[in-house]
Amino acid sequence: MTARIKRWPGVELGAADLYEGKVTQTRFRPDAKYAWSAGEAMSRFLEELQRGRFIARTCTGCDRILFPPRMFCEACFRPTDEWRYIQDTGTIETFSISYLDRDAKRITDPILVGVVSLDGASPKMGLMHYFAEMTKEEIRIGMRVKAVWRPPEERRGSVLDVRYFRPLREGEG
Amino acid sequence: MRVGIIGVGMTAFRPSTPEYSWKELMFEAAARAYADAGVDPRTQVDSFVTCAEDYYEGFGIFDEFVPDQLGAALRPTCTVSGDGLHGLASAFMQIQTGLVSVAVVEAHSKASDIVTLEGVLEHGLDPIWTKPLGAHPYVLAGLEADAFLRATRTPRRALDAVVSKNRRNGLRNVRAAYGADVDEAQVASSPEAFSPLRRLDVSAPADGCVVLVLASEAAARRFRAEPVWLRGIGWSSESPSIGTREGPGAGYARDAAAMAYRLARIRRPAQEVQVAEVDDRFSFKELQHLEALGLAKAGDAGRRALKGDWALDGRLPVNPSGGSLGGGNVFEATGLRGTAEVALQLRGEADGHQVDGARVGIAQAWRFVPTATGAVAVLGVGR
Amino acid sequence: MIGAGMTLFRRRLQETPPELCYEAARMALDSAGLELSDIGAVVSGSAPDAFDGVHMKGEYYLDGCGGVGRPYMRVFTGGGTGVFSTIAGWWHVASGLFDAVLVVNEEKMSCCQPHPQSVFANIWDPILDRPLQPNLVWIFAMEMNRYMTVHGIKKEDIALVAVKNKRNAVGHPCAQLADPNITVDDVMRSEVMAWPVQRLDISPPSDGASAIVLASEEFIRRRRIKDRAWVSGVGWCIDSTMWTDRDLVFPEYVARAAKMAYKMARIDRPRKQIDFAEPYDPFDYKELHHLEGLLLADRGEAPTLTREGVTARDGDLPTCPSGGLLGVGNPIAATMGQKIGELFWQLTGQAGTRQIPHEVRTGVAQAWGDLMQYGSVVVMRA
Repeated sequence: MTARIKRWPGVELGAADLYEGKVTQTRFRPDAKYAWSAGEAMSRFLEELQRGRFIARTCTGCDRILFPPRMFCEACFRPTDEWRYIQDTGTIETFSISYLDRDAKRITDPILVGVVSLDGASPKMGLMHYFAEMTKEEIRIGMRVKAVWRPPEERRGSVLDVRYFRPLREGEG
Repeated sequence: MRVGIIGVGMTAFRPSTPEYSWKELMFEAAARAYADAGVDPRTQVDSFVTCAEDYYEGFGIFDEFVPDQLGAALRPTCTVSGDGLHGLASAFMQIQTGLVSVAVVEAHSKASDIVTLEGVLEHGLDPIWTKPLGAHPYVLAGLEADAFLRATRTPRRALDAVVSKNRRNGLRNVRAAYGADVDEAQVASSPEAFSPLRRLDVSAPADGCVVLVLASEAAARRFRAEPVWLRGIGWSSESPSIGTREGPGAGYARDAAAMAYRLARIRRPAQEVQVAEVDDRFSFKELQHLEALGLAKAGDAGRRALKGDWALDGRLPVNPSGGSLGGGNVFEATGLRGTAEVALQLRGEADGHQVDGARVGIAQAWRFVPTATGAVAVLGVGR
Repeated sequence: MIGAGMTLFRRRLQETPPELCYEAARMALDSAGLELSDIGAVVSGSAPDAFDGVHMKGEYYLDGCGGVGRPYMRVFTGGGTGVFSTIAGWWHVASGLFDAVLVVNEEKMSCCQPHPQSVFANIWDPILDRPLQPNLVWIFAMEMNRYMTVHGIKKEDIALVAVKNKRNAVGHPCAQLADPNITVDDVMRSEVMAWPVQRLDISPPSDGASAIVLASEEFIRRRRIKDRAWVSGVGWCIDSTMWTDRDLVFPEYVARAAKMAYKMARIDRPRKQIDFAEPYDPFDYKELHHLEGLLLADRGEAPTLTREGVTARDGDLPTCPSGGLLGVGNPIAATMGQKIGELFWQLTGQAGTRQIPHEVRTGVAQAWGDLMQYGSVVVMRA
C-alpha cells in the first residue's frame, strides 16, 4: 500500500494483556463431543488390527490394492471388490524427527514419525506411524521396516495396536 | 443461460446410520445421483460444491474429507459454509460464468455422530452477548415464535396443524425419518419446551445425504431430454443478533425470494407456485416463511393452515415430503433435500406424496438457530 | 479488482472478529471510492471456526463484513481460502448476477487457548491419524523431507526463501515478522521443531483481516474507476483425503489448479508470460514447492531460481514481493491481503516501497490448504 493510506487498523495486544486480565475478555469452553460411526471399511480395518493384521481392499477397475481400505475407489468411483490381507513390512516414504511431543512441548529425545508404504498393497499405499529401534542418524527414506505389534491382550482395535515400525532384519520379510 | 438439474440422489433419512461412516453415506447419495443423471463424475463433472460446517462434522477443516466419496479427487472442489441452497447458488453462478458446464452439489447430516448436539448449537451463539446467559439455543426459537404469533395474531392451534400435516405427510414418503399419525390434539398436549413451542413443534435430528447434478442448458440436453430447470435462486442475511433484527417476519426469506422470483420472472408467487418445500424445523417457521415468501398474505398463513390450504390435497401443498418435522432435521442438507423433493415432484416421481401436475415449485431453507440467513430456489419444468 | 484493504497482522489483536472484518472491509471500500450501498453481494472466507471460538462463525461476523440485508456467503477450503474466496467473489460477478462484490477474509487465531495449535489436533482422520497424536508440524516436515530428499536440496537453499521474504516484508505496513537483517545462518541456527523444520522456517499464528472489491467491466466503466486489475484466470483443485497414499514431492493439485487458471487466462508458457508470483509460503520450502506446482520452475529447480536471485524483488520472476506469510504473518484466510491484495497493489503501482522496480503486467497468486490437498490459483493482469 502507498502513502495514500494513513491508518493501519489493528490494536496489538501482548500475552500479558490477555493473561493478566488487562483486556476485557469473555471465556467459554465449548461442549463439542463426537462419536463417528467407523463405517464398514474402517470397522473391518480395526478388527483386523486387533488380530495383528493389515487388511486392504481391491479395485479391479484400476487394478489397485487400496490401503487404508475403503468401500469405494476414489479413482474409478465404483465400489471396491474384495478384502485382501497385506504384509506388515514396508518402506519408509518420508519421515520427521520431532522435538515436539504430543502436546507440542519440547523434548530432548525426539519422536521418529513418518509414512510407511506397505508390502502387498499397491505402490505408495501408506500409513503414518512411529519408527523406533533406530537412531535419528540411521533413519532414512527407503529404509525397509517391519511392524512391532503389541501383545494380543493389549490390542484394542486401533492403529496403536502397532507400537511402531522397526528396521527389517536379515532374512525377514 | 438456463441451468438444469439433471441428477437427484438421496439416501433415506433416518434417526441414525451406525452402519455407515459419513464418507460411505455420501458415496451412496452420490452414486444414486450420478446413476440418475447418467454422468461419470471422473470425466464429466467440472466442479463439486459441498456444504458443511466444521462443528456439525467434528473436524477442524471438513473440506479435507469430501473429495473421494464424490468422485472429486484431483477435481475442482470447494466447501461452502452454508445450507445446501447456498451450495446450489454457487454451482448456479459457476455455470453462468461459462467456466463450468456440469456441477455437483452435496450436503448431508450425520447428526447421530454428534454426542453433544446442544453443546454444538450453543457454540454458535454470540460469545459476548448470548453465551453468558447460559440459555438453551432453542430459547431463541421460542422468542421468535412468540414474537411471530403475537405480531400476526396466529392462533397457537395453527402450529398444531402444521406439525400434524408434516408428520402425516412423512408417512407417505419412504425417505422420511419421523412419519407418524400425529393429530393436532397430540401436539397440543405435548410438553412445553421453549414456550410457546412444545416438544412436538421441534423437529428431531436425522442423518442423510443429498447430491444434485446441475448442468448448463447445452450440457443438460446431452443427459436428459427434459431437465428440471433451476429458474431462480436467491439468498440473504439479516443481522446475526436477534436483538437488532427488523421484526419477526423472516426478512432474509423475503429478500432471498425477491431475488429468486426476479430471476425466475415470477410476479405473483401465490398464484404461480404449485408446490413448496419450506423450512419447518420449528413449526412456526413454516408459517413465518410462507408469509415471507409471499405465498400467504401477512398474518394469514396460520388461518389458511387451519383451513387445510397447505395440505397435500390443498390449494398449495407445502412440505408434501413431510419437511423436517416429518423427515428429520438434516441441518445443512435441509434446503438441498427440499430442492431434491421439489425436483422429483416436477418430474412426477414423488411416489406416495405426489402433487399432481406441479410445474413450478420452490425450496426454501434457513441456517437454523441462531441465524437469520436463508435461501430460496425456484424450479420449473417446460418453458 | 478495484480496491483492497487489510489490517495489521499481529499475534494478538484486540478487535473482535466482526470488528476486524469491518476494518478491512471499510478500507477496501474506501480504496475503491465506494459505499456499502454500492455492493450487491458479500463473500467471506475464513478458516477453522475453532480459532475464533464460534460455531458457524461466518454467521457471527457477517455484520462486520457488510452482509446484513444482502446476499452473503462464506466459503472455506482450509488454507486455500486466502485465494479461493476471491474466486468465489469472481463467480458472483462473472455470472452476471452482481455488479460489485465485497470479499472479506478474517482470522482471529488468538482466541483459541492455550494455543491455536490445539485446533490442528482436529484436522486429522480420527481413526488413522489422530490416535498417534500428531503435531501439525509433522506433516509439513514429512513433505519437506520428501521434497528435499528426492531432489537433493540443501536446507540452506530453502532457508534463503525465509530470508528473502522476511526482508521483503520490511516494506509492508502490516507486517508482523519483517526482519531486515535476518540471514541464512539465523534460520539454520533456530531450534529444530520437527526435522527438517526449524523455527524460522515457519510463519506463526496471527490475527488479521483483509478485503477486496471486485466489479464488472460495466461497473468500472460507468464509474470511471482508474485503479483496477483484471482477474484473467481462476483455478482450483482438491486431491484425495488419503494423503499417506500420495507422493508429497510434488503438489499435483496446485498444478491442476494452475492449468485451469492458465487455460482461462490463455497462458501456455507460464514462466515467460507471468511477471511475478505470490505463491503460498507458510513454510519456506512451500514457496519452492509451489513455484514448481505453478509450473514456474521445473521440478527440483525452484531452489536454483532463489539462489540465483531470480525470485528477488528486482529479479526476473519476483516471488512474494509482499513478504509473504513468512514476513507479514499467517492469519490463514486473511493472507488474501498478501496474495491477492499484493497482485492488485503491484499491478496498479500502489505497492510503495515494495513496488517491483520493473514493469509487471501479469501476476499469479496461489494458496494451499487442507491435508496437503488444496490448490487455488488466480491470475491477474493490469
